[in-house]
Amino acid sequence: MVDLNTFGKFETAWCPGCGNFGILDAVKDALVKMQLDPHGIVLVSGIGQAAKLPHYLFSNVFNGLHGRAIPAATGIKIANRKLVVIVTSGDGDIYGEGGNHLIHAIRRNIDITVIVHNNQVYALTKGQASPTSDLGFVTKVQPRGVIDAPVHPLSLAIALGAGFVARSFAGDKEHLSLMIQEGIKHKGFALIDVLQWCVTFNKKNNFMWYKQRASKLGPDYDPHDKIKAFEKSLEWGDKIPVGILYKNGRPPYEEARGLMKDEPLAERPINPQGIKPILKEFL
Amino acid sequence: MNNLDLSIKISGEAGQGLQTIGGLLSKAFSRKGLNVFASQALQSRIRGGHNWFQVRLADRQVLAPVDSTDILVALDKESACHLKELKQRSIVIFDSTLAAIEPPKGRKLDIPLEKTAKDAGGTKLMSSAVAVGAVLGILELDINVLFDLLRESFGAKGKEIAEANIKVAQAGYNLTYRKIPRNKLLSLNNANQEKKMLVGGSEAVALGALAAGCKLISAYPMSPSTGIMTYLASKEDEFGIVVEQSEDEIASINIALGASFAGARAMTASSGGGFALMVEGLSLSGMTETPLVIVDAQRPGPATGLPTRSAQEDLEYAIFTGHGETPRAVLAPRSIEDAFYATIKAFDLAEKYQIPVIILSDQFIADSLLTIDNLDVDNIKIERHILSNEELKNTGDYKRYQITKSGISPRALPGNPHGLVVADSDEHDEEGHITEDLDYTRPEMVKKRNRKNIGLLKEMSAPLYYGLKDARNILVGWGSTFGALKEAVDILNSENGKVGLAHFSEVWPLNNKYFNFLKKAKFVCVVENNFRGQFARLVAATTGKIIENRINKFNGLPFSAQEIVKEYKKIRKKNG
Repeated sequence: MVDLNTFGKFETAWCPGCGNFGILDAVKDALVKMQLDPHGIVLVSGIGQAAKLPHYLFSNVFNGLHGRAIPAATGIKIANRKLVVIVTSGDGDIYGEGGNHLIHAIRRNIDITVIVHNNQVYALTKGQASPTSDLGFVTKVQPRGVIDAPVHPLSLAIALGAGFVARSFAGDKEHLSLMIQEGIKHKGFALIDVLQWCVTFNKKNNFMWYKQRASKLGPDYDPHDKIKAFEKSLEWGDKIPVGILYKNGRPPYEEARGLMKDEPLAERPINPQGIKPILKEFL
Repeated sequence: MNNLDLSIKISGEAGQGLQTIGGLLSKAFSRKGLNVFASQALQSRIRGGHNWFQVRLADRQVLAPVDSTDILVALDKESACHLKELKQRSIVIFDSTLAAIEPPKGRKLDIPLEKTAKDAGGTKLMSSAVAVGAVLGILELDINVLFDLLRESFGAKGKEIAEANIKVAQAGYNLTYRKIPRNKLLSLNNANQEKKMLVGGSEAVALGALAAGCKLISAYPMSPSTGIMTYLASKEDEFGIVVEQSEDEIASINIALGASFAGARAMTASSGGGFALMVEGLSLSGMTETPLVIVDAQRPGPATGLPTRSAQEDLEYAIFTGHGETPRAVLAPRSIEDAFYATIKAFDLAEKYQIPVIILSDQFIADSLLTIDNLDVDNIKIERHILSNEELKNTGDYKRYQITKSGISPRALPGNPHGLVVADSDEHDEEGHITEDLDYTRPEMVKKRNRKNIGLLKEMSAPLYYGLKDARNILVGWGSTFGALKEAVDILNSENGKVGLAHFSEVWPLNNKYFNFLKKAKFVCVVENNFRGQFARLVAATTGKIIENRINKFNGLPFSAQEIVKEYKKIRKKNG
């Protein structure tokens, strides 16, 4: 029986009132609701305050390099498809430093769930613009305001045909937990962008700013219509849609690569003498 | 077949079938049990330019190209540059419609390849078969061996094409067979020994990886390393290995590290530029103590350099790159055959010490072909050094980075039911969690990681000595220069040169005790395919002895024995 105690309680390096706490609670809630044993989970992260999340609950962890959480998670899942592989990292990590990996992981469609703590700011390095910072956002490094057009991660993912594209809000544990559960259940690459406030470095996009805007998709919204989903993903104003924006049934990498039919790579036997027959091909 | 040592050079433009001709000839010879060494000089382009393919045949295993040419197959005008390599009895096959060159009189055969192919009922594309037939005609080799090869390569579906090629090859053969005054040295009509394996350098690494149980290679195509993933891709189903072409080399190394963390033996392969992109991942392998095998098939740099040429310029880079201090092993195979065993050793060391292991090969090894009598597969034993579920159950409180005397911590895999596995690129405590305890944990973790070097050093093989025992004149080399150095020593000793060779194929960590030979030596010279004398610098750093005599070649081509002999003599003369 998996309950909240299974995942323990840890001291964190986060600021009091940080949006990360809400995400951590939602992750735990989702794992409990799905009754996932920590031994069968690997939490993978890059670098940043968000990327410290895996250290704050019991599970297997691969806390790798800045921007490289997705490739590491990809390797883990290819090697052992039995593991539940979840990436938790920030907007800088996934959309900036690791942007190229995001694009190609979506194409690959490996069965991992990527939770992006998107607070539109680089917090650990003390407040520079992130790839999702709003135009005009002023920082010490961008004193005249951000001029680069922000990344719309969900539009990007939908354009690439990602199989599961969702958004939630760090202040709504129940909704975020649901999105995480759906993401984990989805067979293939799942992207969950999480609106997250930063109490220290983003005074503009604060808790209330997101709370007032986060607007749940209604029951008549059909997440299977790619064009409508794309249109929805572009909404970023007085209302920001949250929920499952897009879903499709693309076969995951594991199926397409035929990895499902035998034991995971990590469990396959090693037989050096097995190369003897192919040595004859060199005669 | 005594004293057999002849070289056949096929030269022409990219796209003229040099590799087909050279490959078929090499295979025909290896089928007849002859020792073959084939190497290529290529330009980085798909068509045009000037390339050559050299097939060397000998009564013993040879591992280097040779400067002279016994049979030149000239397919373009540029081939004129090889006429100076001809010896008195050399023969030139050329096509005057393609190659307006003037070979020496009496020993040239002008064979219109395209016309011959068409007259024999074939197509222009079959010109290569004419050329192969023509070379075999001169050598008087049993042409049935070529017929078999053509039938095999076109398969049951391509039966008609195979038969057409056979007719064309026979026509080429007839045009040269006994058309030149006979020369016993060139006749291979008695060749009929047991077939030998003909293996390419990239294939040897790939075979080693399969034997070692590699289950994943993630890589981004880059000359001259691509052959490894290409070969492995052809064996995916048979060996249950995944070949993942990743979006860039950064992804390559991180995917491989993820797979290794999860328990699959994993590798990546690239050349200098791609390897440079992997370096942060190399450091991650060291910090998270995740086993990893990386192949750097060197080509000349800096930057893009000469993409299809050879060099030994990444030695210091492979050893010293990566931020922070962490152990690694660097293996530099001395031949194609050695590359097979080195790859297996690389996987073993990587898992035993939980470190990155770099296989430092080069274009010369990667793109060459060698006949091998046998690869010893029966004696390969694999040890994973991974805790079983039973062991974990008894261990109780599992700590991934437990501080141990050897520096090696017990390795468990995620997914086991008894212990959680936490790996972190931040400095971490024994459990794997972030720490900034500077008083105890940080220094102890640094010491623990670097302590692995003590055991690792003992795993490194001694240099191979060759030539005169206790020689006072010593040539020193490493990696792929072995073949040329060995022959150079033979040539020098045949002239009473009293020379020995100390050759290293495992270049890091370097054991000081392997340099005892320096104490007795009177004259030492380091031979390397780089400008800076990188191995000589390592020797100085390891032993405190500066070796000033150096032979360095850095034009992108490998050494020949003749070149080394010439340079050696020059230095000796200068030194009196």
